[in-house]
Amino acid sequence: MEYNFSTLQPILPEMFLLSAACLILVIDLFLSERTRLVTYGLSIATLIATWGLIHLVGGPEREIILFDSFVRDPMADVLKTGLVLISVFAFVYAKDYLRTLDMLRGEYYVLGLFAVLGMMVMISANSFLTVYLGLELLALCLYALVAFQRDSVAGAEAAMKYFVLGALASGMLLYGISMIYGATGELAFPQVAAVIAAGGADQMVLVFGLVFIVIGVAFKFGAVPFHMWIPDVYHGAPTAVTLFLGSVPKIAAFALAIRLFVDGMGGLVEQWQGMLVILAMLSLALGNVVAVAQTNIKRMLAYSTISHVGFIFLGLLAGSAEGYSAAMFYAIVYALTAAGGFGLITMLCRRGFDAENIADLKGLNERSPWLAFMMMLILFSMAGVPPTVGFFAKLFVLEAVVSIDMVWLAVFAVFFSIIGAFYYLRAIKAMYFDKPIDAEPLIASTDTQVMMSINGLAVLGLGLFPATLLSACRAAFGV
Amino acid sequence: MTAEAAILSATIWLPILGGVIVLGSGDRTPQVTRRLALGFAVLTFVVSLPLYFGFDPGTAEMQFVEKVPWIPAFDVHYYLGVDGISMPLILLTTFISILVVIAGWEVIQYKPSQYMAAFLIMEGLMIGVFCALDAMLFYVFWEAMLIPMFIIIGVWGGPNRVYATIKFFLYTFLGSVFMLVALIYMYFQSGSMEILAFHDLKLGLTEQILIFMAFLLAFAVKVPMWPVHTWLPDAHVEAPTGGSVILAAIMLKIGGYGFLRFSLPITPDASSELDWLIITMSLVAVVYIGFVALVQQDMKKLIAYSSIAHMGFVTLGFFVVFIITTRGDVDSGAVLGMQGGMVQMVSHGFISAALFLCVGVLYDRLHSREISDYGGVVNVMPWFAAFLVFFAMANAGLPGTSGFVGEFMVILASFRADFWFAFLAATTLIIGAAYTLWMVKRVVFGEVGSDKVAVLEDINRREALVLGTLAVAVLILGVWPAPLIEVMDVSIENLVRHITVTKL
Repeated sequence: MEYNFSTLQPILPEMFLLSAACLILVIDLFLSERTRLVTYGLSIATLIATWGLIHLVGGPEREIILFDSFVRDPMADVLKTGLVLISVFAFVYAKDYLRTLDMLRGEYYVLGLFAVLGMMVMISANSFLTVYLGLELLALCLYALVAFQRDSVAGAEAAMKYFVLGALASGMLLYGISMIYGATGELAFPQVAAVIAAGGADQMVLVFGLVFIVIGVAFKFGAVPFHMWIPDVYHGAPTAVTLFLGSVPKIAAFALAIRLFVDGMGGLVEQWQGMLVILAMLSLALGNVVAVAQTNIKRMLAYSTISHVGFIFLGLLAGSAEGYSAAMFYAIVYALTAAGGFGLITMLCRRGFDAENIADLKGLNERSPWLAFMMMLILFSMAGVPPTVGFFAKLFVLEAVVSIDMVWLAVFAVFFSIIGAFYYLRAIKAMYFDKPIDAEPLIASTDTQVMMSINGLAVLGLGLFPATLLSACRAAFGV
Repeated sequence: MTAEAAILSATIWLPILGGVIVLGSGDRTPQVTRRLALGFAVLTFVVSLPLYFGFDPGTAEMQFVEKVPWIPAFDVHYYLGVDGISMPLILLTTFISILVVIAGWEVIQYKPSQYMAAFLIMEGLMIGVFCALDAMLFYVFWEAMLIPMFIIIGVWGGPNRVYATIKFFLYTFLGSVFMLVALIYMYFQSGSMEILAFHDLKLGLTEQILIFMAFLLAFAVKVPMWPVHTWLPDAHVEAPTGGSVILAAIMLKIGGYGFLRFSLPITPDASSELDWLIITMSLVAVVYIGFVALVQQDMKKLIAYSSIAHMGFVTLGFFVVFIITTRGDVDSGAVLGMQGGMVQMVSHGFISAALFLCVGVLYDRLHSREISDYGGVVNVMPWFAAFLVFFAMANAGLPGTSGFVGEFMVILASFRADFWFAFLAATTLIIGAAYTLWMVKRVVFGEVGSDKVAVLEDINRREALVLGTLAVAVLILGVWPAPLIEVMDVSIENLVRHITVTKL
């Protein structure tokens, strides 16, 4: 293979994003506090341009370049589009928050862009090494972002916890990868899959390695029992960071799971299916039940994330193209909804006041009826009530589960989503039924309000017309 | 889709669109908001009228059908249509919705635009439930309906509204999610999401019983049947008057409708196998809940319990059919029971709405629903007293009112099934009369109860209009129920014929 521009075309968006992020980092050095918004504008522009490039180089075929380490296929296109666009939401919501709390520094956006790059690399990874590269780039950016508020004790603690546990999980993953490499002698997923299919590897070693890889993936998702970091990190990090951390990385984590389990170790589906069943059930049960006890809304959403991860796993464990596409739909929808949910919490913040309790939502309907309505749509979507898109995400996953004759698992999942409905209702209750503590309307800049409206209406609109996104997800898996 | 066929879409989306517009009009000019809401409610009723006049009562086929692909990947369609069972319920919905808008006219001062919008949107969603012929579409409307009701009870409700509304939401949600799993299961069995395809789906007895239980959970909570009725008194007591009216008049009917559209035709063998369960639950509702109503101190609670007892008749009428048909008496008795259930649903829609509105009239003046706070109301509010006595009589099943027709038909059908069913069901004529009339006696008659009662003003024109309209409806249905029975006759006969054929 020779290097010329045309062979590198599929990786163009990543190359552009890398260059732009480096450039913004340099430009930011020369900006004063007053002109800091230039960084923000450039970052948004970069993301949108990246989206354009993804669209440009995308197509229905599957392209593998750079000596089997990078793949671009329809799934990568859809996931990257979702990733980049939802990151735009996160970046816009973050701006007001950072400015209010005197944290508007260029690093947030530069680190954010590098994290997006890391996720894009994960999405397009075609070998164990690329996956690991992307994962670590993402993780390093997130560690730094969590500690973004330097003088916050909670933030430092969260970052430390995240770093130690994250390093442990990366170690597990790497150990698992080394086992698989030892058994198959290959690093690229198609070759690994071929060796496994041919039966040329020691089953014992493969399963041993698989266990560690599943642990690594479960940690990145935050599935029970590898969820310990989620509530503390979500709680300790500044809300603008939680917003980023809690939304788009789920898309990347989904890609990670698909690349590792399906592309690489599809031959071991019976083994990992059983493991995912356990992880999914534990996540659904613990996430939903513990969330009920939370008064801090960031912790509540953290536990709710855990339960949503359970649903994504339900789709994955179906082991069929329908199941993967349902999980993909779920991951994208969840990222969109979570961005909106955390976004609204950032809007509740004032100078010197960091909103983080459910009580802070009180009387939102009297303060800002429109924003309250958007938040209501988002919360109902998380609870899975039609006509919001969250219902369809759950529906498609349940259909995948029922299609493999695991009706009992579907019943288990819906049972816990009833418990889940309770704490979302409690947040809606605070917004609509309680009297406000502070009657002032929310102060939010126009772009934030517009994005919030788009976000909320997208949750409703995708619910009324779910077919387009669903067929994009299904096309990614050839169904 | 022809022009004629778009009527159903119009009746669903017009009120929803109206709700959005009303919401957008804001609270700065409440008078405009209210007029706008009333305009949309009336317009929806007018649009829905062709459903009755253009309806062909000679066929059990679905009419006014619309079918557009919605989610092609799962073969889900935007598929609407009505038959003789759903059409009267749609008209009931559009009719009651107008009254609800009028009933909330001056009473609702807090955010009237959101209040009116919630009712209009809910109207559209409820109509959607009645005409959806695709299981997924049905489920979407069915669940979406909870959102506005949740908001209505929670925002405009009484002191304990938060508890009541969350209980309401979770109870109904609990019932419906299992139905969702059953629907998905049947999708994989039949390869289609159409309800009519489910009707013809062959299912084994175990499967049928599991599916039947999933449906039962959903519909029994909605109806509500004893013992899953406990959310209803709470929700009714706390809801604003309009919310109680919609809840009693229409939402409960959706549960009954669900039995006719899903449980009976999809799982006839399981229904036949488990008919004793439903009949027992219904009779417990009729007798036991009747006694519970007798001891209530709160007027709304009393009417709520009376609703549960009356809805017991509906489910009784639907399920005695199985006992009658096993005796080979297909045509007359079985059809009679089911028709009785349907008439009872429509009639209860009018009567319970009227009774809740009456309580609303009193509550708006004295801000109390306790029976003991009233007494001698007839001395100061003669017109109101006349209406209340009339509706109370109808509730007790006085011949000449619609309350009599349905109950009588169901009791008659029960006789064909078993003497004791009929005997127990007929006790309602005594218990029902006891709790309703005793309440009326304590509220309306006697000495003027207190100084507060002494200064009450009689109903104004708006209230008289609402109650008068309902009184006329109750009377017409009572003395001449034929038009209603005619439109549903063929559909019900078809349904009875369908469920007598085993699917095994």
